[in-house]
Amino acid sequence: MPASPEPSTTADGRKIGGVIMEMKNITLRFGGVTAIKDISFDIREGEVRAIIGPNGAGKSSMLNVINGFYHPQEGEVWFRGARRGPMKPYEIARQGIARTFQNIALFKGMSTLDNIMTGRLIHMDTGILSQALWKGRAEAEEIENRERVERIIDFLEIQNIRKTPVGSLPYGLQKRVELGRALAMDPELLLLDEPMAGMNVEEKEDMSRFILDVNDEFGTTIALIEHDMGVVMDISDRVVVMDYGAKIGDGTPDEVRRNQQVIDAYLGVSHD
Amino acid sequence: MSDTKPLPGDLDSFPKLIQRNARDFADRPAYREKEFGIWQSWTWAEAREAIEAIARGFIAMGLQPGDHVAIVGRNRPHFYWSMLAVQYAGAIPVPVYQDSVADEMAYVLDHCGARFAVVQDQEQVDKLTEVSSRLPSMERIVYIDPRGLRRYDHAALVSLADLRKAGEETRGETEGELAARVAAAKPGDTCIILYTSGTTGRPKGVVLTNANVLITARNSCAFDGLTEKEDILAYLPMAWVGDYVFSMAQACWAGFCVNCPESAETMHTDLREIGPTYFFAPPRFFEGMLTSIMIRMEDASPLKQRLFHKYIDVAKRVGPALLDGSQVSAGDRMRYRIGRALVYGPLLNATGLSRVRVGYTAGEAIGPEIFEFYRSLGINLKQLYGQTEGTIYITQQPDGEVSADTVGVPSPGVEVRLGDSGEVFYRSPGTFAEYYRNPEATAETKDAEGWVATGDAGFFEPDSGHLRIIDRAKDVGKMTDGAMFAPKYVENKLKFYPNILEAVAFGHERDYCTAFINIDLTAVGNWAERNNIAYASYQELAGHPRVYAAVQEHVEAVNRSIADDPMLSQCQIRRFLVLHKELDADDGELTRTRKVRRRIIAEKYAPLVTALYDGSDSVYIETEVTYEDGRKGMIKATLEIRDAAVVAPEAQKVAAE
Repeated sequence: MPASPEPSTTADGRKIGGVIMEMKNITLRFGGVTAIKDISFDIREGEVRAIIGPNGAGKSSMLNVINGFYHPQEGEVWFRGARRGPMKPYEIARQGIARTFQNIALFKGMSTLDNIMTGRLIHMDTGILSQALWKGRAEAEEIENRERVERIIDFLEIQNIRKTPVGSLPYGLQKRVELGRALAMDPELLLLDEPMAGMNVEEKEDMSRFILDVNDEFGTTIALIEHDMGVVMDISDRVVVMDYGAKIGDGTPDEVRRNQQVIDAYLGVSHD
Repeated sequence: MSDTKPLPGDLDSFPKLIQRNARDFADRPAYREKEFGIWQSWTWAEAREAIEAIARGFIAMGLQPGDHVAIVGRNRPHFYWSMLAVQYAGAIPVPVYQDSVADEMAYVLDHCGARFAVVQDQEQVDKLTEVSSRLPSMERIVYIDPRGLRRYDHAALVSLADLRKAGEETRGETEGELAARVAAAKPGDTCIILYTSGTTGRPKGVVLTNANVLITARNSCAFDGLTEKEDILAYLPMAWVGDYVFSMAQACWAGFCVNCPESAETMHTDLREIGPTYFFAPPRFFEGMLTSIMIRMEDASPLKQRLFHKYIDVAKRVGPALLDGSQVSAGDRMRYRIGRALVYGPLLNATGLSRVRVGYTAGEAIGPEIFEFYRSLGINLKQLYGQTEGTIYITQQPDGEVSADTVGVPSPGVEVRLGDSGEVFYRSPGTFAEYYRNPEATAETKDAEGWVATGDAGFFEPDSGHLRIIDRAKDVGKMTDGAMFAPKYVENKLKFYPNILEAVAFGHERDYCTAFINIDLTAVGNWAERNNIAYASYQELAGHPRVYAAVQEHVEAVNRSIADDPMLSQCQIRRFLVLHKELDADDGELTRTRKVRRRIIAEKYAPLVTALYDGSDSVYIETEVTYEDGRKGMIKATLEIRDAAVVAPEAQKVAAE
């Protein structure tokens, strides 16, 4: 493992710690198709790390590798100083990694409140029987978790839809509820899969603010995938750029913006 | 007269009222706010503790008697406490509409020369920071919600929690000073400055004294028998005189509890949970609620629909008479009682109005059907007429003397007279001291004897002696044939249809009357859904031929009703169009209290007005819109103009075109 960079402070005063996750020479194949080719990068504690790239660049596959849903054929994933072997999704969740999905994956018939409560499940340990009777420990546990969930509802400003079935909510709000459910897990690392996809400008601005505030208020490390370049450059500390499964750039938004390969990938190459 | 007699010396300022309440009603709830899904509550004793600590914090920060402190936020206990704390420290709170755009806010803050501002969150801090170059006297911003502000430069920022802590830590040094300032307050001192948006020009700062506010509170509490047992929901803008009188003056005078909603969007749920006993809402609130009741009833099962309509008919026939204590037959009483058990009770419970003992509506005319609907259910809904300059109360309806088209008799202590042109003048203990730093406007509005011109034209109904308001005196115009043109009268008739949200009538110095119509997206959207009309935007729905047809029916029905009034029959609408965007305060088209600014609208949409009078069938327009974050964009549209049938004989030529 390379020497961990020194903890630093960003221009706006946030503390960036050491590396908490490191991807080493990851290659992922689906049969004959190589989705990810020999990619390495790291995620540091407290930062907002973005993975960008044109459609089909392999971003979602990369997120699924971080998330432990795919197991790369080659390469190693290191999390908190330990090499990670194949794991079940719930084991990953217990490690403190939460995520949202590109195509919202909420329980449509359940209310906002109940959906976010499901995020607290990994913090509940009373048995089925005591939960059914709702006495003693189970009651106290639910109240404690409900308080935590109410803070999140307040944080995301969705008090007015607390009791609304999420299936009837507009898309932008469903995205926010999904973020709420991920936050309810108290994650150390939050993975966001295209959090702004399908949103209008105002919704994007709202979501950007929530992402920055999550990072700021809870100190959560955030890795996100997005193909709206403008948004990413505004809110990220560091950006990995992928194209055709390979890494073509890595650095601060300014560095990436000046990178000729990135410009070519996004704007096409001129032949003169 | 007892209604104008001075206040007792121990109750002549807000701090003294707080101290009285903390002593007499120590354990009664004073403030509640829903936060984190639960109603948090503070007693009068706790409220006093908090207010005095914040006041000491202000003194420690250097607040001097006579300073101005801007209050920018939605209804929350912390803001009410901050206002009271400022008064404790001998300074003057200036509440500002929190949704005003930066430019408007800068004007008010600069005009009053505020040294400090108390704001809700990062959004407001950013807004004030953006215009800080225009606010030379602004020294410090106090914020409530620290989110996102942690790494801001705190040289000019402090959180309310820290301010309060400073007040607690410096108790020894500031306590004596605080007591001295409380004792120094006099009835004639400025209590508050409220900026009125006004339908024209820059806002004016209405200066109200302690005596203005508290004598009005005393009289109005006595008028409706308000006690410490009331509950109200504070949801109207804090910068509006109504909220100041209801949630501050009357609440502190009578000692009742002010309940603050969780957010603006949850107001209906919160209303239901609190069940206020004393309730104020503008007509559009009651309209909106009725619309949503009717929409939901259409989705109910046939049995429920039948029950609902049967008993609503009973209520309409019997309810108002019961409320006024008139004679009602035993059979009808029985039917009404069954109706209450099956329909009215559950309905009121669902709306949160079941405990309302005294309800008021004001600000605009309310549709007679809407007004009667609520009264028939047993809600003691009344009307009042007033303005900021009179600490709101000019006239109001006593219990049992209620009607939809009048605004009642002069409030206690208020004298009302009519000018030669029908303009309403009043003089009262609540009459404002002056417009802040604007002696010309003060002189224009208030004469040497204290009579204030309201700018409204009206008359006293000969039978009942109640005042009836026709229109803004300056809006009443003349058409080219000399007939009287009363735009508000026409607009109100249009707005009584749930499909129509706003209307703007034209006709002054014109040959005939025309109108812009704004559809109500909720009502029309629901109707469109029911009729399988697909639409992608407000603009598309507004321009839909079937929407036009529906609006045309309403316009023609209004014309028939206007034709009945011989004085105003020329005000029938001959041509109209449906606007492609909602009129919005952010675009300057409405005031913050949602009153139409007709001059600005006429200028902005000049091509549309021209088209209404030049006979064309359609007109192209580009309109600038302001987004909530202050950025601007353009929307383009081609609007259809339609002719409407009118009932006067010479008009039929036009209608047949």
